[in-house]
Amino acid sequence: MGTRQLELEVMRYDPEKDEAPHFQTYSVPCNEDWVILDAINYVKDNIDTTLAYRWSCHMMVCGSCGMMVNGEPVLTCKTFVRDLPDKVRIEPLENFPIERDLVVVLDDVMQKLHQVQPYIVRKDEPPEDVEYKQTRGQLMKFKQLTMCINCMCCYAACPQYGLNKDFIGPAALALAHRYNLDNRDQGKSDRLDILADHDGVWECSFVGACSEVCPKHVDPAAAIQQMKVDGAVEFWKQRLGIPGDKS
Amino acid sequence: MEHIKADVVIVGAGGAGLRAAIAVAETDPDLKVALISKVYPMRSHTCAAEGGAAGVKGADDSLEMHFNDTVGGGDWLCDQDVVEHFVEQAPRELMQLEHWGCPWSREDDGSVAVRPFGGMKKKRTWYAADKSGFHILHTLFQTSLQFPSIKRYDEYFALDLLQLDGKCRGVVAMEMRSGRFFQFDSAVVIMATGGGGQVFPFTTNGAVKTGDGMAMAYRAGVPLKDMEFVQYHPTGLPGTGILLTEGCRGEGGILVNKDGRRYLQDYGMGPETPIGEPVLKTMELGPRDRLSQAFWHEHKKGNTVETPWGHCVMLDMRHLGEKKILERLPLVHELAHAYVGVDMIKDPVPVRPVIHFMMGGIDANGKGEAPMPGLFAIGETACSGLHGANRLGSNSLTDLLVSGKRSAQAAIAYAKDADLSGGEGDLKAQAEGIVAGVRELMQQSGGNESISGIRREMRTALEEGAGIYRDEEGAKMACDKVAELRQRFQGIEINDKSNVFNTDLQTALELRNLLDVAETVTQASLERRESRGAHQRLDYTERDDVNFLKHSLCYRQPEDRPRVDWSEVTITRSQPGTRDYSGGKK
Repeated sequence: MGTRQLELEVMRYDPEKDEAPHFQTYSVPCNEDWVILDAINYVKDNIDTTLAYRWSCHMMVCGSCGMMVNGEPVLTCKTFVRDLPDKVRIEPLENFPIERDLVVVLDDVMQKLHQVQPYIVRKDEPPEDVEYKQTRGQLMKFKQLTMCINCMCCYAACPQYGLNKDFIGPAALALAHRYNLDNRDQGKSDRLDILADHDGVWECSFVGACSEVCPKHVDPAAAIQQMKVDGAVEFWKQRLGIPGDKS
Repeated sequence: MEHIKADVVIVGAGGAGLRAAIAVAETDPDLKVALISKVYPMRSHTCAAEGGAAGVKGADDSLEMHFNDTVGGGDWLCDQDVVEHFVEQAPRELMQLEHWGCPWSREDDGSVAVRPFGGMKKKRTWYAADKSGFHILHTLFQTSLQFPSIKRYDEYFALDLLQLDGKCRGVVAMEMRSGRFFQFDSAVVIMATGGGGQVFPFTTNGAVKTGDGMAMAYRAGVPLKDMEFVQYHPTGLPGTGILLTEGCRGEGGILVNKDGRRYLQDYGMGPETPIGEPVLKTMELGPRDRLSQAFWHEHKKGNTVETPWGHCVMLDMRHLGEKKILERLPLVHELAHAYVGVDMIKDPVPVRPVIHFMMGGIDANGKGEAPMPGLFAIGETACSGLHGANRLGSNSLTDLLVSGKRSAQAAIAYAKDADLSGGEGDLKAQAEGIVAGVRELMQQSGGNESISGIRREMRTALEEGAGIYRDEEGAKMACDKVAELRQRFQGIEINDKSNVFNTDLQTALELRNLLDVAETVTQASLERRESRGAHQRLDYTERDDVNFLKHSLCYRQPEDRPRVDWSEVTITRSQPGTRDYSGGKK
């Protein structure tokens, strides 16, 4: 199999000794069928063991290895060397504080995932040993939104999150919508306060960058637009004392 | 060093750890749970499981049949009391996940759908397309967020257990972002750290699966059980080792050799079944050990296909049609296309056996109790005797749930009666000793070994000496090699001196764990002189129930090779018999 020499310009930052991030260049002989994560692993195993980054599954599902590759937030296990030029710049995800090298601080988004109450809320006890019925049509309503792997590429792409760190942001809002749309859930009104808050759906300026970069085609932008409509309807229903459709 | 007190410490936040944490929180919200994981919960390797989770569902199925499939599939090395409890609790736990929002695939009437799986007599595998593990993990993680008593310690690397008077008393961990050390004081530690597939070169297992929990227990004097039983999944993508779920065959995919022959019929799994009409428990729906062994023979006979990534057989799914493939198997369709450039709708996909799962693990019973009081082990980290000599596909996801919940209940009962008074000084000294060991490793210098070099040699040795087929000479060489590498580990040097997210140090600690696991795999492979399930010996080709209807137990000997002891298998109602995968034709 053919190999190609790639120049990786990798951002390095160790808060214990560096005043500011800087770039370090590694020359890596890459197999043509490699993904960029393979090239980074090559550096780690053969050139520089001090490089810090996160990865695990190498199959686009654990969400660990999101980084900026030539300015785009991507999963490095899904970004093929064959699609890249000979010079590749690798940086930590945009819009996040850098913890070390390619590792970013995720505290804020983890808190946001928590904040939207991403779990089934029921006002009654579930049936014993029997499932809630859910037709394929009902499942399809929210199925795509369950595909989010929390890689946080959408936050790195979101200009609004870049400006306002209080914005709940794409993945967490899409997750809230996923539960709102699930016919088993009765928590929509509980989530309304957070979602309809000024840092909720209304903060989204509908640039759509989140959906463009999503490696799992979740389309958070569309979810947020639907929630704006839902939110407005729900708000007026509550104001007028009309019971919501599911709670 | 900072101290954290908890009623229950759980190490590992994958499917098993999360299920246990939720069970503790639901049972008694006053109990403080410390959930420690070296990665964020969503990164745990449960996410990579594809096919589904087994639990009796249909009216034509029964607990008895699930029991028999599991025990026969495990070549009678299963502890049958554990299997009985497992099959009984399985449907309830899967239903619980449904109530928590797991997006299971559905039948027309809105009930949860089940699919056929290897070695299972009935359709009983609950699935969410081909991302079942991913959805189970995320459902559990998201559900866990509603319980304030669960305090997570994400990206804390657990180092070693603490013990007092032979009882487990906590664990020491390092926070990755700061390099600070924490002493977790608790009467209970539940290990849920997954397997150690990274001891092999070619594996479906993610980078995180370095056998940490197994190694910690082993170093604490707890035996590792049945470590010679390592499962090869028959259909991995060549090159990367990415898994193509058994669901591919469950939905009707067939395996052919270079001549287009469905070769499984030549290895006791025939006669051939009609294409597109999969018959349960025969041909492509035989068990994983048999299918992987058949590949080995085909390769020897020169019947495999040469690809840029080595020898393969072909998984042909073209007859399933585009609609079914995209609906039921969207992930593997994408993966095969991306990584080997094959569109499975139009062409057969090259596949080969790949290391997938460890049946062995920390010696535990059905409640997760290890021989050290206060220590529990669940999921792939544990060997409860559920899987025996060969796990059936889709039993392990369910096991995460069943063992997670059951161990939580046992742990709560234990914690309530545990006496935590005294011994502070002793525990502190142990904790400091553990930290000193890490600092020593950080500072050692002058050697010329590399972490990746030792790791590579270890993996090669394991593949050669403890692969699909083993023999005395090969296993011995692998044992020797691992012993040599353990010595040479002293010659590595940590180049990274930072306290912040030091993955150089983490990789070294993981390699230390892998070497501990590796020596048990090779030693037990050497000493089990029979063929059973996933452990096949070329020099002892038959199952030997007289001498080896027993679990192997590897005990650590710091200055020597592990000592192997043997323990009884619990048999309740199924006497060892013949594994029949002829589809009832024999």
